[in-house]
Amino acid sequence: MSEPAVPSALEPASATETVAAPTSAIADWIRDLCGDQEWLAWVVITLIGLGALAALASVSAMVLVWMERKVSAHMQLRLGPMRTGWHGALQPMADGLKLLFKEGLLPRTTDLFSYLLAPFIPMATALLALAVIPFSETWQLADPELGIIYVAALSGMSVFAILIGSWGSNNKYSLLGGMRAAAQALSYEISLLLVLMTAVLMSGETAMQAIVQSQEGYFWNWWLIRAPGVGFIAFIAFIISATAELNRAPFDFAESESELTGGFHTEYAGMAFAMFFLAEYVHLLVAACLGAVLFLGGYLPPVPALAFIPGPVWLLVKAFGLVFLFMWFRWTFPRLRIDQLLNLEWKFLMPVALLNLLAAGALRGWGWL
Amino acid sequence: MEREQHIEVRPPSAGGNTEEYWLNMGPQHPATHGVLHLIVRLDGETVREVKPELGYIHRSVEKMAENLTLLQNIHLTDRLDYLSCHMNNHAVCMVAEQACDIGVPERAEYIRVIVSELQRIQSHLLWWGAFAMDIGALSAFLYGFAEREKITDIFERLCGARLTMNYFRPGGVAQDLYDGFEQDARQACSDILYALDEYQRLVTGNLIFQERTRGVGILSRDKAIGYGCSGGTARASGLDYDVRRDDPYGIYDRFSFDVPVATAGDCYARYEVRMEEMRQSVQIIEQALKDLPVGPIQAKAKPVLKIPKGLQVFRQVETARGSFAMTAIGDGTATPLRVSYRSPGFMHVAALHEMSAGFKIADLITILGSLDPVIPDIDR
Repeated sequence: MSEPAVPSALEPASATETVAAPTSAIADWIRDLCGDQEWLAWVVITLIGLGALAALASVSAMVLVWMERKVSAHMQLRLGPMRTGWHGALQPMADGLKLLFKEGLLPRTTDLFSYLLAPFIPMATALLALAVIPFSETWQLADPELGIIYVAALSGMSVFAILIGSWGSNNKYSLLGGMRAAAQALSYEISLLLVLMTAVLMSGETAMQAIVQSQEGYFWNWWLIRAPGVGFIAFIAFIISATAELNRAPFDFAESESELTGGFHTEYAGMAFAMFFLAEYVHLLVAACLGAVLFLGGYLPPVPALAFIPGPVWLLVKAFGLVFLFMWFRWTFPRLRIDQLLNLEWKFLMPVALLNLLAAGALRGWGWL
Repeated sequence: MEREQHIEVRPPSAGGNTEEYWLNMGPQHPATHGVLHLIVRLDGETVREVKPELGYIHRSVEKMAENLTLLQNIHLTDRLDYLSCHMNNHAVCMVAEQACDIGVPERAEYIRVIVSELQRIQSHLLWWGAFAMDIGALSAFLYGFAEREKITDIFERLCGARLTMNYFRPGGVAQDLYDGFEQDARQACSDILYALDEYQRLVTGNLIFQERTRGVGILSRDKAIGYGCSGGTARASGLDYDVRRDDPYGIYDRFSFDVPVATAGDCYARYEVRMEEMRQSVQIIEQALKDLPVGPIQAKAKPVLKIPKGLQVFRQVETARGSFAMTAIGDGTATPLRVSYRSPGFMHVAALHEMSAGFKIADLITILGSLDPVIPDIDR
């Protein structure tokens, strides 16, 4: 496990440095090994960090796929996968192998460049967003000053995958799914940003690490509880807009299986489909981690006495709790209609988020936070 | 292949600078309840025109029926509306009984009513799950099937089959009830009543569900009559007609039950009517189980049933979907000269354009689900 950050000569001198170098026992050890070669240390540390992130992403995607299967099964009076390993724990492996050996179909009518480009985008944006999530004081690949803006920018990027893929597929069902995704992402981006700004206002910070640190102490210091009412409303608005951003039920319009067969990924098969599929779960993890960081104290324990349990555990516990919430929604609610979805955003969620932002500003201005 | 061949370009609609396009829904599509083929003209997400295209699973059932005896015809009607096969069998049996003047023993009449009503519940449970799934509530589908399974198990013990039961015979039923049937049926009924309350909390009261179904796919009473709609679809439009009450067959006139009627004519009205029908079916089953007499289950009938030459027999029953009717004309031989079926789903699909033009594509799926179509019934 990580140790407290040891001040090192290579640490950024000023807080204005955009990307702080990762500090941990491993990082310090590598810096020691490289000696004067600072650039080499930087390259090695970055590569190790990226590898760790990729491993985390793929492992957690597998865990989430298994979890989705089991959660849905138990909500539907079923058992779900039971034969591949303990309670079907190896089922994601079996799924992955099946998709790997499937023929990569290339329909004749596709726009080849965009059709092949699209599956790479969602995984890339998900991994990039994961880079700024603080798993503990030291376990964070990068902590840019504007971390929260960076995450918002990346979440806006992920809709391009759906748009490009649906356009490139040259299928009417895909196109309808893509159009819906564009309308949905454009709308819900606004309330998501307003919620993120509310969190920034409450904590007075934009860097992820600093936002977590601002919730130090007992669980009533978490922004969900600490800002009276405002934090709770912001959290609910975050959950709704994150569900919409993730294209998950009840807002899964880009797919809407019963209407558009497969939606934007109708024409994708094999690994191309698997990329969309796995990226969806990595995005889910990122969104859950973001919710935990902004409102639930990130890697901080609920009471300081529990600090002996390491930070990454706390963050993952909170994140998986939120993931369960997302899954619960998916397997309970019917799907809205696209016009109802947009009405919900423009006539309800955005005004509420905006007023909430003003309230947060007022609380901050009067010094109540 | 040229791109232009792939996307058919239509002149822009009057509304604005948009292009209308045609979309083939089905025959293979997750929401067309089998293999219904809809050709839809869309303006963005808005449905302009729906053309149901039948023929994909046409099996010439009526022509086949002319080459089969009445007894052989019974199992053929299992394959029409496979969720109402007991009721379909009932129509054939009644045609044979009327043509050949066969009386049905009391016990057989009661058994017919009980299994018919059990099947109505079973069919509505499947519809409930599929309808909720069309709207996007995936878990409801499994809930509906879990309850349905209990009735399917009863049928399996009763006649050995789970889907195409082939249980009714001219002059009675194939086998007597097994020991413990009455207890199983009572248990199933109380389970259904409990489950219906649960469904009320899970789906009916859901705000999203109500938003998706209220005011969607309105069919006026006049249009419902004009299109020949029947069953729950017509009753939701305010047409107070139920074959069981208004043209009683078998012993339906002995039971007291309500015919739920709604006036809104939208998807929610159709939903409410069908949910209430399940409760009414439970009432009928409970009354029938209470009065179930002992005695023979099969009248003595000739081994070969011949419809007399020139005789035309028409009998209709109320299936889970609406009124199913069979007309047979005899020529004095073992096989009828002409057989014609009137299936409820056919009329409902004809009214699909009337209901869904102007609504969104997601509503089209909702409307189709609310009609409870069974494709082999529509496309024979």
